[in-house]
Amino acid sequence: MTRRIKFIQGNEACVEGALYAGLEFFAGYPITPSTEIMEHLSKRLPAIGGKFIQMEDEIASMCAIIGASLTGQKVLTATSGPGFSLKQEALGYAVMAEIPCVIVNVQRGGPSTGVPTHVSQGDVMQARWGTHGDHSLVTLTASNHQDVFAMTVEAFNIAETFRTPVILLFDEVVGHMRERLEIPEPGEIPIVNRLRTAVHDGVDYHPYLPREDGRLPMSDFGGVHRYNVTGLVHDMWGFPSDNPKIIHGLLRHLVDKIENNASHIAMYKTFYLEDADTVLVSFGSAARSALHIVKSLRKRGEKIGLLELQTLWPFPADIVRRYCNKASYTVVVEMNMGQVCQMVKTAVDHRERVFLANRIDGVFITPTDIKNILRLIKGRGV
Amino acid sequence: MAVNDYIRERFFPHLWCAGCGHGIVLNGLIRAVEKLGMSRNEIVMVSGIGCSSRISGYMDFHTLHTIHGRALAFATGVKLSKPELNVIVPMGDGDALSIGGNHFIHAARRNIAITAIVMNNRIYGMTGGQYSPLTGPGMLATTAPYSNIDQSFDIVEMAKAAGATFVARTTTYHVHQMADIIRSAILHEGFSVVEVMSQCPTYFGRKNKQGGAVEMMKRMKEITTPIGSKKKVENPDLIERGIFVELDKPEYCSEYNQIIERAMGGY
Repeated sequence: MTRRIKFIQGNEACVEGALYAGLEFFAGYPITPSTEIMEHLSKRLPAIGGKFIQMEDEIASMCAIIGASLTGQKVLTATSGPGFSLKQEALGYAVMAEIPCVIVNVQRGGPSTGVPTHVSQGDVMQARWGTHGDHSLVTLTASNHQDVFAMTVEAFNIAETFRTPVILLFDEVVGHMRERLEIPEPGEIPIVNRLRTAVHDGVDYHPYLPREDGRLPMSDFGGVHRYNVTGLVHDMWGFPSDNPKIIHGLLRHLVDKIENNASHIAMYKTFYLEDADTVLVSFGSAARSALHIVKSLRKRGEKIGLLELQTLWPFPADIVRRYCNKASYTVVVEMNMGQVCQMVKTAVDHRERVFLANRIDGVFITPTDIKNILRLIKGRGV
Repeated sequence: MAVNDYIRERFFPHLWCAGCGHGIVLNGLIRAVEKLGMSRNEIVMVSGIGCSSRISGYMDFHTLHTIHGRALAFATGVKLSKPELNVIVPMGDGDALSIGGNHFIHAARRNIAITAIVMNNRIYGMTGGQYSPLTGPGMLATTAPYSNIDQSFDIVEMAKAAGATFVARTTTYHVHQMADIIRSAILHEGFSVVEVMSQCPTYFGRKNKQGGAVEMMKRMKEITTPIGSKKKVENPDLIERGIFVELDKPEYCSEYNQIIERAMGGY
């Protein structure tokens, strides 16, 4: 069988990844630069018996996918900055009620309406802390279409494994750029499906009592187990509680189930890091320019490498420390005012050796931009 | 099945105040479902935030207690993903028509087979008595200390205008009619809206000197009349109750199934 090769936009690569992972339900609202995801899914989902709905607003889209997830389906919504802001309350609900779901944010310039058609990576902190209250969740990103596909599949796998919302934080350049995608054969990338309870009909099922391994088997709405789901702090039956022990236990569980697995969730790529004295740290489309300049400076004999982060949250601090702690220069390349740079500084011993190479003008950061900033950092002038 | 089989006794006593109308709605709902003879496994109850929304937790169905105003959006996801389920959405007047107004009109427009029950007590009870879009001008609330100047929505007219294909109104006084109407609403193949005028003696009644629960319920008997009655001609201020609209129009999930057939055939 010949492999399926496509020349498509990143947004479509995300669609292919979602369908490969077993997507069955999508709800969304039009917004630049993510709209192509919903356009493609409106055609593709019914063709495989799945459901697509264009909801009345961004909030409703987030709510609808949570409802659909509870009937046992794999669900997705896609948006960009303003829509991502609107989804935050319902996103927090998915954290609290432990509903597997995937949310794509194809980032554009902000704040507010900002620059809808231009690139930015300014939502890194919002992905982590956009919803209120102590919590944890997973955020993945990608710099090319093959990785957009792989990370989308991974997002669904993590959502099912940990019963959590997973955010795919892409950006306008990756979303709209066209390049080659090779769609893997079925089975080539493992798929995690919904873990359903083995508790029989008539036996008391505890929807919020974790197993020894921390996982919570689910029961589909419409099945034999009838239980309560709520955004209130709840006990093992899902019933509201204000018992201090239950509040403490639930918060710890929600945070620990993600943070204690940070090393399993941490995905990244390394390029020329073995002997690197200057380490670039980047992610998303900015990592493309970072890799380009690393390759060209390597040709000139400079000891420079790249750490490309694919997991942004939980922040892979151990990985960053492993590769950056001994470097003379760590330079974070991102299209925001230093959201990942701040995190890198907290992960290493010498924060004064961490620098930011950024652009915040809606223009894609180029290899030349990075090269010029590197010269400034190293006191060589431009 | 006995009435008790539909409630989760483990979670009682409930949190409603003495005299609250919401318990009567719970009763009416159970009697409607009991008459229908549906399995509890086939029913999903989705609610938002407020006193009324707590009704879901007490009932032994699949229950989804969500965020303020968005119950119908969650319910749309449940229904579209598994259309064979019966989805019932109890809401308060503020939940359904203030913060949730957009979802209310769009669910009605789509004509998706969900039963929306608006428990209208004309006040935000959970937060302590602020005015809602159903409080009405001239009334008092903790946020309308000099008298409310906001005009009210008419839930029935709004549901009709938005495209709901089953629209009815009843009260907690007329509990038999309530159970019958809710039963018809659940059976209806399309978006159904049932306004249940309910009493909040703790806040609305006390602020507006309408007496206790008994006085407020008697008042509901006095100010309402069956649709098309002579009394309405004599006194146009009376509020009509009964089934206003019952239409047969394409239902959203059925229509989507046709989209699936078309897409599977032609893609």
